[in-house]
Amino acid sequence: MGSLFRSEEMALCQLFLQSEAAYACVSELGELGLVQFRDLNPDVNAFQRKFVNEVRRCDEMERKLRYLEKEIKKDGIPMLDTGESPEAPQPREMIDLEATFEKLENELREVNQNAEALKRNFLELTELKHILRKTQVFFDESVPTVYQSSVPRSSNKYRRLLQMADNQNEDEQAQLLGEEAVRASQPGQNLKLGFVAGVILRERLPAFERMLWRACRGNVFLRQAMIETPLEDPTNGDQVHKSVFIIFFQGDQLKTRVKKICEGFRATLYPCPEAPADRREMAMGVMTRIEDLNTVLGQTQDHRHRVLVAAAKNLKNWFVKVRKIKAIYHTLNLFNLDVTQKCLIAECWVPLLDIETIQLALRRGTERSGSSVPPILNRMQTFENPPTYNRTNKFTKAFQALIDAYGVASYREMNPAPYTIITFPFLFAVMFGDLGHGAIMALFGLWMIRKEKGLAAQKTDNEIWNIFFGGRYIIFLMGVFSMYTGMIYNDIFSKSLNIFGSHWQMSYNKSTVMENKYLQLSPKEDYEGSPYPFGMDPIWQVAGSNKIIFHNAYKMKISIIFGVIHMVFGVVMSWHNHTYFRNRISLIYEFIPQLMFLLLLFFYMVLLMFIKWIKFAATNEKPYSEACAPSILITFIDMVLFNTPKPAPSGCGVYMFWGQHFVQVLFVLLALGCIPIMLFAKPMLIMQARKLANEEVQPIAGASSDAETGGVSNGGPHGGGGPHEEEEEMSEIFIHQSIHTIEYVLGSVSHTASYLRLWALSLAHAQLAEVLWTMVLSIGLKQEGWFGGVILTCVFGFWAILTVGILVLMEGLSAFLHTLRLHWVEFQSKFYKGQGYAFQPFSFDAIIENGSAAVEE
Amino acid sequence: MGAAFFPVLFFTALWGAVGIGMPIMTPKGPHQNLIRCILMLTAACCWLFWLCCYMAQMNPLIGPKLKRDVVAMIGRSWDMKIVDG
Repeated sequence: MGSLFRSEEMALCQLFLQSEAAYACVSELGELGLVQFRDLNPDVNAFQRKFVNEVRRCDEMERKLRYLEKEIKKDGIPMLDTGESPEAPQPREMIDLEATFEKLENELREVNQNAEALKRNFLELTELKHILRKTQVFFDESVPTVYQSSVPRSSNKYRRLLQMADNQNEDEQAQLLGEEAVRASQPGQNLKLGFVAGVILRERLPAFERMLWRACRGNVFLRQAMIETPLEDPTNGDQVHKSVFIIFFQGDQLKTRVKKICEGFRATLYPCPEAPADRREMAMGVMTRIEDLNTVLGQTQDHRHRVLVAAAKNLKNWFVKVRKIKAIYHTLNLFNLDVTQKCLIAECWVPLLDIETIQLALRRGTERSGSSVPPILNRMQTFENPPTYNRTNKFTKAFQALIDAYGVASYREMNPAPYTIITFPFLFAVMFGDLGHGAIMALFGLWMIRKEKGLAAQKTDNEIWNIFFGGRYIIFLMGVFSMYTGMIYNDIFSKSLNIFGSHWQMSYNKSTVMENKYLQLSPKEDYEGSPYPFGMDPIWQVAGSNKIIFHNAYKMKISIIFGVIHMVFGVVMSWHNHTYFRNRISLIYEFIPQLMFLLLLFFYMVLLMFIKWIKFAATNEKPYSEACAPSILITFIDMVLFNTPKPAPSGCGVYMFWGQHFVQVLFVLLALGCIPIMLFAKPMLIMQARKLANEEVQPIAGASSDAETGGVSNGGPHGGGGPHEEEEEMSEIFIHQSIHTIEYVLGSVSHTASYLRLWALSLAHAQLAEVLWTMVLSIGLKQEGWFGGVILTCVFGFWAILTVGILVLMEGLSAFLHTLRLHWVEFQSKFYKGQGYAFQPFSFDAIIENGSAAVEE
Repeated sequence: MGAAFFPVLFFTALWGAVGIGMPIMTPKGPHQNLIRCILMLTAACCWLFWLCCYMAQMNPLIGPKLKRDVVAMIGRSWDMKIVDG
């Protein structure tokens, strides 16, 4: 059970539930999460369903809870999250819950309203306090300026001003007008100036001033002062900056105009007594009121806090409960009502292996609800395609996700995920091979795996982190395999390890070394005869001038070798599919020619590589010496194009082994012969079968389906197909088959070439690592003395950052994407249809997880 | 043939043990087949990768081309004396 190689066998079941027991049963099934319900009333509007009222009540409860949550978050109270999931409450408990939430919400709203009113009051008082303070300053400072400006003028005016100054209490405002106003005032005319004081938002002030000036033609006088401390806006709690202003004017007409403008600019006006004594008194009054208000405000806040703290303890629990109730009613809405209204009928997909568990859960549900009639689970026959369900665990989940991202497997198709577990990290490692970088990656993966529980508990919205964490096992395996391939490449941060001692010997004397700038070791005399036992000989790492030539020859060959084997593996997987679906025609006329084509051309090329490695050596005599080694690629091209190979240098043979020419011609002809088989055999046979079937069963119309669909594509005995399959026209089958064949034949050429990315990426990675070493770290290593130590520390930091950032992260990402492509395109195209749809069971866990994610957005 | 007997045997035996021996010993359970598949694939990939590297170096067609200072350095630190004269 639970093997990942194919998706689970599914069954369509009918479920009869007693009306009373339905709720409890669905609740049990939700806890289990193994049943996918189908909508039995697809044409019924969402508002006309049976339990729409309950769903609406749940929505209302959820809204209240969200309101509570928002308020709790605003106050920064920690919410208790035990992580446990309480069972869905009984329907009758819903009323209690509703009442609780209603009470809480009302209480909170009331408190908030009160607090807001109090705050508004507080704001007004504070503004008034500021006005009184600032206007006092205005009145105080205006007097001496008038004195100064008027002293040198006529003594008459001076005297008058003095008199006015004495008379300050009566009309201070007169001084503010300055001497012109005084001059203009006729004796006997009552010079009474009015003024208004208020508070305005600071950013509105310039426009306000301009407007006043224009509307009143310069006949008003405005003084303003900033309030230094920002004030709190009671409606939304923002901090705003405001300014105090005072406007002097003359006459009623101007007064109304000024007031209108103030209103337009949303300035708040406050009464301000004219006499200083009154003002002082008022200020005192305001101060005491502010203090009173502060205590009341504090008490209100305390009360709010207490309410919220109490709510915060249960909030998560309530959320879970409400979501569960809602999910149950949603599911019940999918059910059909029986004619007697006594029972509900549901249709659902269930995994065949879990029917026992589901029946147990149903029995539990019935017992809980106290109903006497047991529920009935009935298997149904169907022609529909069942959903694809792969049972995964935390290790296989990420790999299955990689496959599903391409396309969910068709029902019971071979699942590539179990093979991907190894081939994916391995092909990645071929590109990423470096012991050091692999170790960093593996350690990071290991750390995530070790701290799994803790890291999983602290859910974050950080998408990048979630991706890394979800793929922790992939990362770990990629790291481990990279370490292995790194050891084979003998690369650790672009340097080599010399563990076993190089198998190349030097036998130079001093003069040779002094005379030649470059010395090339001879593969004939300086090579020990057997290679370095594990991985690359370290001498190649220091052979600056021809290391890349040697590495390229080696890495290109392994790319093709592994690529071809990977593709052959894919084709063999299609054999498993054909035999499983009893698809004999595809097995004989598709699988066999496909495999032949791949083996005869490309696997032959792989064999040539091994032959070249074995047969040609520097120590051999002429036809097999190092100078005679032919290029595999040229040989292969000549073979496919039937070219006569270019004559070899004297003493060498054109071919590697006896009869090669004959074998090659035979292989190519056979491979070409496979193409028409792939192209025509299957459609022809289908056509024949149809003709035969039509002749045989002509009298009975419409009974011909079995004989035809038996052989056609994925029909077979395992459901699949469906009745529409036979309608496929012959021409369509031909077109489909030709597309498929062309894709395969051209694909095998381009896919083989595509595997060369293994070489390209690996070369790029090794070169980048080496550049980083020579351009960065070696600078630090060349300094001497204590100063060198300081430099080395800095340089090392820089090098380490670049290593992790570029070589591990970016190169890792790029290698990851290339590996993904190799699996999706080159591997899976050989056998994987990916036309299924995923099994989405009704599960509380998934619903609650999604619900909380949606809220956090 | 430039292969040495011991390394070939050793690494083949090592990966053979992983790829054949360990799958036989995997305990029964729901994931037995999956574990076997993983082990066999691992062994096959790693063994072939090692083999390719080994065979690519078995009969070298070119020799490493070394710079003068590298030659000197190898002579000093890899225990390959450069003879006087």
